[in-house]
Amino acid sequence: MSIEEKQNFQTYQDSDHIEYPKSEREVSNLIKKFYKSNIPLELIGSGSKRKIGKSLQCSKTLSLSKLNGIIEYLPKELYIKVKAGTPIEEIEKELEKNNQQLAFEPIDFGYFLNGKSDYGTAAGQVACNISGSRRFKVGSVRDHVLGFRGVNGRGEIIKSGGVVVKNVTGYDLSKLVCGSYGTLIALTEVTFKVLPMPEESKTLIIHNQKIESATFFLEKSISSSNDVSGAIFFPEDSKKLGYRVNFENTFKLNDLKYQGSITAIRIEGAKNSIDQRIENLIKELKIMNLSISILQVHQSNIFWNKVKSLEFFSGSKNSIIRIVIPPSECASLIYQFSNRFKYFLDWGGALMWLEAYELSEEMFESIRRKVVKLGGYVTMIKNSDYLPYVEDVFTINRERFNISQNIKKSFDPKRILNPGKMYTGI
Amino acid sequence: MNSLAMPKVDRKLVARKNDIVSDLKKIIKSENVLHHEDELRPFETDALSAYKQKPLIVIFPENTKEVSKILSYCNQHRIKVVPRGSGTGLSGGALPMQDSILLCLGKFNKIIEIDYKNRCVVAQPGVTNLSITQAVQNNGFYYAPDPSSQIACSIGGNVAENSGGVHSLKYGTTTNNLLGAEVVFMDGTISRLGGKTYDSEGYDLLGLITGSEGLLCVITEVTVKILKKPQTVKAALIGFSSIENAGDCVSDIIASGIIPAGMEMMDKALIHATDNFVKAGYPRDAEAMLIVELDGTETEVNELITKVEAIAKKNKSSSVKISKNEKQRLKFWAGRKAAFPACGDMAPDYYCMDGTIPRGKLAEVLREIGRLSKKYNLPVANAFHAGDGNLHPLIMYDANEKNALEKTEKFGAEILKYCVKIGGVLTGEHGVGVEKRELMCEMFNNNDIQQQIKIKKALDAGSLLNPGKVYPILRKCAEEGRVHVHRGKAKFPDIPRF
Repeated sequence: MSIEEKQNFQTYQDSDHIEYPKSEREVSNLIKKFYKSNIPLELIGSGSKRKIGKSLQCSKTLSLSKLNGIIEYLPKELYIKVKAGTPIEEIEKELEKNNQQLAFEPIDFGYFLNGKSDYGTAAGQVACNISGSRRFKVGSVRDHVLGFRGVNGRGEIIKSGGVVVKNVTGYDLSKLVCGSYGTLIALTEVTFKVLPMPEESKTLIIHNQKIESATFFLEKSISSSNDVSGAIFFPEDSKKLGYRVNFENTFKLNDLKYQGSITAIRIEGAKNSIDQRIENLIKELKIMNLSISILQVHQSNIFWNKVKSLEFFSGSKNSIIRIVIPPSECASLIYQFSNRFKYFLDWGGALMWLEAYELSEEMFESIRRKVVKLGGYVTMIKNSDYLPYVEDVFTINRERFNISQNIKKSFDPKRILNPGKMYTGI
Repeated sequence: MNSLAMPKVDRKLVARKNDIVSDLKKIIKSENVLHHEDELRPFETDALSAYKQKPLIVIFPENTKEVSKILSYCNQHRIKVVPRGSGTGLSGGALPMQDSILLCLGKFNKIIEIDYKNRCVVAQPGVTNLSITQAVQNNGFYYAPDPSSQIACSIGGNVAENSGGVHSLKYGTTTNNLLGAEVVFMDGTISRLGGKTYDSEGYDLLGLITGSEGLLCVITEVTVKILKKPQTVKAALIGFSSIENAGDCVSDIIASGIIPAGMEMMDKALIHATDNFVKAGYPRDAEAMLIVELDGTETEVNELITKVEAIAKKNKSSSVKISKNEKQRLKFWAGRKAAFPACGDMAPDYYCMDGTIPRGKLAEVLREIGRLSKKYNLPVANAFHAGDGNLHPLIMYDANEKNALEKTEKFGAEILKYCVKIGGVLTGEHGVGVEKRELMCEMFNNNDIQQQIKIKKALDAGSLLNPGKVYPILRKCAEEGRVHVHRGKAKFPDIPRF
């Protein structure tokens, strides 16, 4: 079978052999070998996000999970350099000892994709570039990768960036590698920028708002000078055929009585400053007379961890879609869905997670068209039994496809690294 | 002027100048095509004025379609194109070539949209950095990256160079504040990257083109994030009797969990030079001085200032002054921002360097610079963006002395090599351009550089867009020039730098 056929043949398999290289040199030697013999391979870390993107049936799998361990952590320099397969939990545990964190809030996809918590590996987070609720304030994974080492599709070891934030020496390949789903390079080392953990976090909840007023409050709070670090909206949890998601049970907290929709605004920082900023916000949003509550430190942390782990989606058998749009457009998009789906809003309305029961490919494409028209994009994160396969998991247009194809070739001329994981032909 | 190796001049193409001019006049308005020798002179250099070369033709397209048609024409006829914004770059990124067309974006000077709901501004690339903030400041917003040349530098140029500024420690550089761009590739393809959304799907082409120094595409529109101004901003001026103490103080502030909005350091030579120049009230007896700026709510800023004061005291600070009002805070900064012209008062000529190091090595690098200063017998004044380890040593010399320039260049290259040796990088914000091109092999091996060149070729197969920049031509780590300012006659000497 030719390499083209192998790349495009969904059920092709020589063997289920998985390679576990233990060093960068081994990764390079293996890829050189596969490059020579035209063998496509699937790159994985812990496999926590393996279901995102098109499913691959490569003859070889290259697991980076044995490239594992913290290489260098200098808290005063605000960076941590790790081997690609290092579990995110291990990194976060180490950072916590110095009250530091990965500020982009790695998402725990394990819950709803595989049934149990799994933050995956450093390389996995970089490959997917999906960030948590703090995105609008601190940036995404891409904004926290200072440099990397890895092996391209020719088996050559390459590096880019460094350990410092201010660096314009050569092209910023870290950005390109973030969100490339392993199609450009097998990462071997990543240097993350780290930041101090906020002293405390509290959450202002506005109860029982409709989408229009909720998005108004989210926008106003992010546009204020109160340094908001999370802004989400869970609509009222109406019972719908085919849906198991239950916000009510998920958000049963001592200080949080479920009274319909939840508009939640997170404030982080020094203790005194948090209280002052919450006071300011209540005044600026003029919500003194609305039903509001404030989640104190402990419960606020539980609340945002539940958001981060997308726990309410666990056990769902429906399609799960991620939509990113200009925040001003989210209310109008929701109207267009006319109450068919379940959703919640993150990033102050710039990110929508959608759960769809009995979603057909036509419906999915119709959602995509609506979103693209509003200036956004759509990703199918989890397929359902009803719709086990979609042709276009990600969104792209013709020019960008052509450019991306050229970029892919410059890293991986024979298309042996995760071929077709993002787009057919890339 | 120094001689500089550049790609081979296409003599046949130069001979066809008249034909090319008449072709270009069919694509854009004829008054937007400059080709007489005297018209070309103002464009022979950017702010790295040590190198000068008149381009073949200068053009001022007025819209994206024209840019696309021009690039497509040049691609077809294998004509080199050098894009240029305001020409304030410090690494020679917009240095023309004898056989190149200089594509100026000066007519792209409008703000297209201010969108408060999505907290962004859509602007043409020729709009200056500062005018974006000016357009939104009445509503309490601002654009965060603030390179010191912000009154003149263009936003398109900022994207091409991934410009920083004094507040990038907390608010990031251009790449972290850019949401979208419209770009034209060398084959004429117009593409929209990103938009008003966070991140874009597929390969992050927006991230790739940011800081690509005009080698990958021409930027014809940008969408940048705007932020609400913090409620309170205060700055502390802290003097130290030793550079080591100042360096340790920087590390301790960061280690304590404080991320100041800005944290600048100056050595004694520069404290005196700038204080003479603007009377900023700097501690003249200090060996080193920090400006630490904090922002947030009033309670928070006051709390942080107290913490910073305590950390400074622990590191044996000799003086601490806190800004009492906005006027005084700006005065603190005025000295720092006048570092360039102030040095012009101290010596006939100076070179400005731009490396970044891990911030814990500040004192070590300063010692090394001091040692080299003795070795070369040339005085140096040092300014640092200490918070993010970005250093700007200014080497002073007199170009009229025999071999002084050559000696200075060697000195500068040794500093940059030392930055790389201790874990830093060649350039933090000025770009590689032609200036640090031959030093690239200090940081990258052949594989690394070849991968970057392959990306370049993926987007510009004929290597026609801004050739001769960023990647080594001589294939050895030769020492090239730095920012050369002779008797204060720099390009735009009135513009504050870095």
